[in-house]
Amino acid sequence: MQFDVEINNQPVSAKRGETIKNVLDRIGIHVPTLCYLSGFSPTGGCRMCVVEVDGFSELVPSCSHPVTEWMKIKTHSPRVLKARKVLVELLLAGHPDDCLYCERSGKCGLQDLAAELNVRERKYHGKRQNIQIDKACLSIVRDPAKCVLCGRCIRICDEIIGVSAIDIVGRGSESKIGTTYNKGLNTHTCVKCGQCIMVCPTGALTEKSNIQAVLDALNNPVLFPVIQFSPTVPASIGEDFNIKASKDILNLLRAALKKMGFRQVFDTSMTADLTIMEEAAEFIERFQKHENLPFLTSCCPSWVKYIESTRPQLLSNLSTTASPQQMMGRLIKNYIASSAGQKVENVFVVSVMPCTAKKHEADQDRMNDGITRNVDVVITTRELVSLIRLLGIDFNSLEPEPVDTHYSMRSAAGNLFGISGGHLEGLLRTVYQMMTGQEMSTLKINELRGLKGRKEAKIKIGKATLFVAAVSGLANVKSLVEDIEARRDNFSIIEVMACPNGCINGGGQKLNPDEKSIKSRMKALYDVDEEEMIRVAHKNPVIIDLYEKFLAKPGSDRNKELLHVVRTTREGSCVIHFTGNLCLP
Amino acid sequence: MTKENLESIFSKYPGNKKDGLLPILQEIQDQQGYLTDELLAEVGKYLNLPSNKVYGVATFYDQFRFHSQGQYHIRICNGTACHLIGSSTYLAELEKQLKVKAGSTSKDRKFSIEISNCMGACDSAPVIQINDVFYTHVTDSDLDRCIRSIKEKTE
Repeated sequence: MQFDVEINNQPVSAKRGETIKNVLDRIGIHVPTLCYLSGFSPTGGCRMCVVEVDGFSELVPSCSHPVTEWMKIKTHSPRVLKARKVLVELLLAGHPDDCLYCERSGKCGLQDLAAELNVRERKYHGKRQNIQIDKACLSIVRDPAKCVLCGRCIRICDEIIGVSAIDIVGRGSESKIGTTYNKGLNTHTCVKCGQCIMVCPTGALTEKSNIQAVLDALNNPVLFPVIQFSPTVPASIGEDFNIKASKDILNLLRAALKKMGFRQVFDTSMTADLTIMEEAAEFIERFQKHENLPFLTSCCPSWVKYIESTRPQLLSNLSTTASPQQMMGRLIKNYIASSAGQKVENVFVVSVMPCTAKKHEADQDRMNDGITRNVDVVITTRELVSLIRLLGIDFNSLEPEPVDTHYSMRSAAGNLFGISGGHLEGLLRTVYQMMTGQEMSTLKINELRGLKGRKEAKIKIGKATLFVAAVSGLANVKSLVEDIEARRDNFSIIEVMACPNGCINGGGQKLNPDEKSIKSRMKALYDVDEEEMIRVAHKNPVIIDLYEKFLAKPGSDRNKELLHVVRTTREGSCVIHFTGNLCLP
Repeated sequence: MTKENLESIFSKYPGNKKDGLLPILQEIQDQQGYLTDELLAEVGKYLNLPSNKVYGVATFYDQFRFHSQGQYHIRICNGTACHLIGSSTYLAELEKQLKVKAGSTSKDRKFSIEISNCMGACDSAPVIQINDVFYTHVTDSDLDRCIRSIKEKTE
């Protein structure tokens, strides 16, 4: 039902059921927010979005208050502005004064609000919270002193990721965001996906920075630093340098990495192809023996961590194939380095990932000596952008650099690993070929594309019909696991990515992404699939070459040693049992 | 706390309903004296709640403790009447004399202090409870005597 309301003395039409903020957004009036997260039910906690409504003695929060017929609303009256300013001043009362040194400086919601509301002095002096920084986790650093208790991290962790690793602990002025028994994120159900970092308005949640480690390696004359990058990095890095995603950006990225001092630049899409080959062989073996189905993909380290600590009963269904990042690390250290005449101990492998959990994954995977890591350091896309800026590289005036190593050849299938459903699409193309000896007639699988959290498809391969699903947003796994356990659907392959829409929206990507940029990243990767000459992993010449010269045939014992992982549960980790509807009594 | 004890508590709240959370926690605390992380995880498993949510709810209420009580468990009322009459100075005195912070237990497990919400005896403010004994209209010298006596008894 349509009706008129008055906003700032102008008549505006509104619909029943809308909140005041919905109407304001539509007509382009900006009210500041801290706790508001679009797509989630509002909590009205921060009160930053308050507006004045005639006839109400109190200011009302526009994010949660429904609009009604007679309303006369003022969004920026002196009373409203004063209230917002006092709120920010109170938030700043107990906030550490270290904006100059804060990692979020310049990208901080609180800092922006203070500037917007013209807060130029410290009016209130509150008690500083003396809470220890939680930095034991290899992926995420939590500094509760900078937290403004907006609760966004809790909501995303509950509703999108579904692991509820953090919650408000305590009450009133004593409340803070915490983990069970304050044990920290490291000993917890936290899957290290980093989605909480993406929504945190302040510097309370950040990734564990490895920038210094990369700089040290680049400046160490003994070391031979090489770098690999995930296919999502070229799809999204242009946003930071105002360049449209295109094929050129891949070569610009290579040029930037070379300029930084990396001796060789690898594309992780190549080992994604290798992952497809090994996974396809592994799946077909299980499919023929009818054991451990559905086959669960294992490239998302958050998903693997989730199974290890929360759903150990699914461990035998998980693929044992290493993720593309670790495969690249293993290949470089075990094969490529020596064939390039480098000593293994001098090779330093850096990887750029859209993901904070990859930092954790790299630490789990070591060479035979048990000490040397296959991937020495993982940085996120955000850290790469800071490194490029730190080293004074002008991305916009670089000369594109072509592929410099043979091992950077990729197929479009490997490139699709960045999107939810893409990994599965690439995998099915090779599974089809391995099972029937023929190529799929149409490589594109439409059912597995799009923004949905759970996508399903039926694929006919020879006489068999495979029922497959791609899930993104770990919370969507719950219903799927119930389906698996109740054997309601006979799934053959299930691909899971913890972050909504997959790695393109990973926890290591640019902060606060909107749907438009997610779609453009998605399009960039699908465009590659349209344009690339080689669209299936098994036709990638490097992969064929590797299997001829170095590896045994896909799925063989020798490859199991080199390219697979032994999966174990996490004994002693705080196993937390999961999570139906989170509404408390 | 044995598994059987825990099971018998759970059996009083059948159907894994979330509204059993508070009474379950209360009963566990009555038997165990405090809540441990293993017990919280068990409660979470039974009610299908992440243990972090259980911990969040438990820390909201003053009534729950997360470490064992001392031999002498002192509860000091901080209801309106007791607060106005100056219970916080008594709290400071207790913390200083017994060398233990409110909400925790001394290392030798002799004393623990807990700040309580209104105990419902406002006409007798300030009120202090030591184990099962309530002390009303507490004065400075009363408090001194109490502290001296429990210190002597634990030596």
